[in-house]
Amino acid sequence: MRNIRLSVPDNAKSGDVIELKAMIRHDMESGYRVNIQGQTIARNILTFFECRFDDNVIFSADFHPGVSANPLLKFHMRAQKSGTLTFEWTEQTGQIFTKTAALAVLE
Amino acid sequence: MIRAFGIIGIALLAGCSEKPVDEAAFGIAPENIRSGYEFLTAETQALQNDDFANPGLLWVQTGQGLFQDGGCAACHNDPGTEFRSVASTFPALDPQSGKLINLEGRINLCRTRHQSLPELPYESDDLLALTTFVKSRARGGTIDYQITDALQPHFAAGQNYFYSKRGQFNLSCNQCHDENAGAKMRGDTVSQGHINGFPAYRNDWQTLGSSHRRFEACDIAVRADPPALGSQTYLDLEVYLTARGNGLTSESPAIRR
Repeated sequence: MRNIRLSVPDNAKSGDVIELKAMIRHDMESGYRVNIQGQTIARNILTFFECRFDDNVIFSADFHPGVSANPLLKFHMRAQKSGTLTFEWTEQTGQIFTKTAALAVLE
Repeated sequence: MIRAFGIIGIALLAGCSEKPVDEAAFGIAPENIRSGYEFLTAETQALQNDDFANPGLLWVQTGQGLFQDGGCAACHNDPGTEFRSVASTFPALDPQSGKLINLEGRINLCRTRHQSLPELPYESDDLLALTTFVKSRARGGTIDYQITDALQPHFAAGQNYFYSKRGQFNLSCNQCHDENAGAKMRGDTVSQGHINGFPAYRNDWQTLGSSHRRFEACDIAVRADPPALGSQTYLDLEVYLTARGNGLTSESPAIRR
């Protein structure tokens, strides 16, 4: 179970630009390190992130081995209506980690 | 061979005469004590200041879950109040066994004595998370750790370790952290070596670690053979360093290089 932290405003006024923040616990093992026996530690990274508002993609990112462990993302969206935000990370193994948050837009 | 021992003996004596145990216990005057935070770059400080961006809070979150689901909350139902002064009370002597234990040891005692659970290995993820959760309840409080008569031998042993030279570099802790704090060591600024931020998230490790892991990293850096994490040597050193940081704010989970 991956530890995911999200920061989404509880509510926003219609038309406001809001900041979204997302962090996931992941070692992001680059594949360039060696262990104490001198053997390469196998690469294991997240490769893709996507944030959807209802069914529309509002932000996506490709991750590469240079991204730090426990990556933090900050991005913005314009709040227009209430809905559900889905934050989704894809590991190189194909495993997907998801967390959702509700956004309430006041008129 | 005998001659070699003789030289070591003289070196030890010389080391002792430089810093007798009964002299002033700390190499830094109380008014000059500065947290490791003040030796960080502005960017790293910003990471610690931001209660979302600080990755150490991932472990607080995990620890809180373990605390609630692992049965700790059955006794400790108000951790926010109960653990407020935890940064000033550990390491402490366990009244039952008389052994010196730090917060990690206290959590493991709770598990073995009251929960009939096995001890968690030192530096394991669960133990780190629980320790960080409990320690984070004391965040923002001022450290006021008193050395009682019973703790005095441990304090003296820790002080002795702090002033003993070791490793191929033949360095003691005080040579960097008392005498050269603030100076540059390659790209890094040498800190005063306080542990008020530990368990801390170190960018170097890309993960969170205990003060003992930090001691080990220092010992390896001077090319010494480090004692085990959770060993008596490191527990004694933790006693000395906690008292040395009296007056600082508890920052755990802090961000360190």
